[in-house]
Amino acid sequence: MSSVGAAAPAAIAPARAARRPPVRTVYRWELRKLASQKRTYLGYGLAVLLPVIFVVSQLIRGHPPRNADSIFAGQIFESGLATPVLMLTFLAPFFLPLIASLVAGDIVAAEDNNGTLKTILTRSVDRGQVFAAKALAAATYGASAVFLSAAVATGAGIAAWGFHSVRTFSDSVVSASEALLLVFAANAFFLIPLLTLVSIGVLLSTATRNSAAAIVGTLGITLVLAIVAQIPGLEGLHPYLLTQQYFAWQGLLRTPTDWSPILHSLWVCALYAGPALIAGYLVFLRRDVAGG
Amino acid sequence: MSDPVAEEAQPVRARGLVKRYSEVVAVDHVDLNVRRGDVYGFLGPNGAGKTTTLRMALGLIVPSDGAVELFGRDPMRAGARALRGVAGFVEAPRFYPYLSARKNLELLAALDGGDARAAIGEALETVELTPRAGHRVGGYSHGMRQRLGIAAALLRRPQLLILDEPATGLDPAGMRDMRELILRLAAEGITVLLSSHQLPEVQELCNRVAIVNRGRVVYEGAMSDLRRQGGAGYRMRTTDDDRAIAIAREQDGIERVARDEQGIGFQADEHHVGALTIALGAGGVGILSLAPELASLEDLFFRLTGEAPTADGGLDGAAPPSDGTLVEAR
Ligand SMILES: Nc1ncnc2c1ncn2[C@@H]1O[C@H](COP(=O)(O)OP(=O)(O)OP(=O)(O)O)[C@@H](O)[C@H]1O
Ligand SMILES: [Mg+2]
Repeated sequence: MSSVGAAAPAAIAPARAARRPPVRTVYRWELRKLASQKRTYLGYGLAVLLPVIFVVSQLIRGHPPRNADSIFAGQIFESGLATPVLMLTFLAPFFLPLIASLVAGDIVAAEDNNGTLKTILTRSVDRGQVFAAKALAAATYGASAVFLSAAVATGAGIAAWGFHSVRTFSDSVVSASEALLLVFAANAFFLIPLLTLVSIGVLLSTATRNSAAAIVGTLGITLVLAIVAQIPGLEGLHPYLLTQQYFAWQGLLRTPTDWSPILHSLWVCALYAGPALIAGYLVFLRRDVAGG
Repeated sequence: MSDPVAEEAQPVRARGLVKRYSEVVAVDHVDLNVRRGDVYGFLGPNGAGKTTTLRMALGLIVPSDGAVELFGRDPMRAGARALRGVAGFVEAPRFYPYLSARKNLELLAALDGGDARAAIGEALETVELTPRAGHRVGGYSHGMRQRLGIAAALLRRPQLLILDEPATGLDPAGMRDMRELILRLAAEGITVLLSSHQLPEVQELCNRVAIVNRGRVVYEGAMSDLRRQGGAGYRMRTTDDDRAIAIAREQDGIERVARDEQGIGFQADEHHVGALTIALGAGGVGILSLAPELASLEDLFFRLTGEAPTADGGLDGAAPPSDGTLVEAR
């Protein structure tokens, strides 16, 4: 213990007008924290594994399903670009929400439980900045999982069955490069409902202070809404259920492009995400940080 | 930005601070005045409300009533700006177990802004963690985490250091290091507010003290006044106790002279003790031993409040052990 003396002048001098770090700095460290945790890779593992399993199992089976319920299922052997579309259809209702929830539900609650929230909230950043950085990091994770899964599905599909044109939902043919673009756009538009779910996850993570409860709760919302969609007599609710928005991207894979489900999902999702984010922010701003 | 820590503002000023948890009143109208340059002891038994008060000071929890200002700024209104020039921790300092100590400090320095990052090496050196800085904090012992907590606080080059029972859980050598470090930081001009349930620790480190019990401040003032009020006494053995007692009773400022199995006990200020020894010598009485005797926290409470200091945890660590080291009693 020898070198404190060197700090003395700075310690006594009036605190330098240190600039408050920007949200970008907090966000970057949130990403680094995610990158250092094993559980982050659990979700990524799932996002990679599922398309690989699908492609391998189809290669082993060697023929397309006979009564394919989707036009893309019927043509997986004709073009590798059918695979990412089919995979998005498979993964959208459950697995991608699951992966996104793993991080969104954990991102505030975990720090609450291990006491590090008090550590970062006694530095020079405001609570609002920390909340914004965490919400952005959870969104980044969800989006990266979607594109990782799409990239693997596209790569594996093309490797197995080639880069060829595909027929869309409206039975019109689009060229391979156009299809590739549509696959990318479909995944991008799927982020609208997915990031909405992330907002809800962050709210639950903030409000419950319990990772498991927040993750299960976030996923539970998806499951409950999916069940509500099955209840006869509640058809009128369908357009307003978050789970219905998970398929709005399919409008892209029609000729001409059907924008109406996408535009509809934009405002429906805003009605879910806006209040969730505002509520999460307000809870985080005024909450007692007594954990740890 | 435009408002550096106001030169004149008091480091900590709490007024009517209250925190209620449903039925429990954890902090009950607490007023605190920590002045520049103080090493201020916040003393009380388990459950007295020390941590809760410090949490409010750091803006971690919302007061039910009243307010606390750090250098004139209320964390509830000014947010992180109120913590400018302030650093510290409540309860045990917590870090990301999956990151190394150095990475943890880099993260915190990034959240501090400015040139905090440049202070990492020096802070690690100060708490003697440099050799282990690359290891994950998950594998750190309690004492190492406690030291890392101090290092993390030093990154902010604080003018006010808020420490919640910093010596808790440390072994005797660790406690001594911690005390030395606090004294050295204080000598550099850093104001320190530290909580403790160990009276000897506070007596050794602090010039001013607030004693809390059941959420209320039962005493706030200079440590020296507390000695007087609380009746910190002396114990003495002489060659002729009868004569010594007679002389002592004649002396100004020597009070409550009494005899027991261990000799003669009395209460006095230091300079009156000096006069007494001279008088004893002049009266032909030899002094075999003379030692200040610390009142136990329990005694102090009893004298100050007439009640035993129990909120929820009894009297942990209240009595100083005979060998003078501090023992973690929890
Ligand atoms: N989050 C909380 N919810 C309910 N009660 C609480 C909470 N935090 C503190 N308390 C209560 O408030 C009182 C004061 O607790 P506090 O932790 O401030 O005591 P302390 O003086 O720091 O004690 P110790 O020496 O044990 O650390 C206790 O009775 C405690 O049970
Ligand atoms: Mg405490």
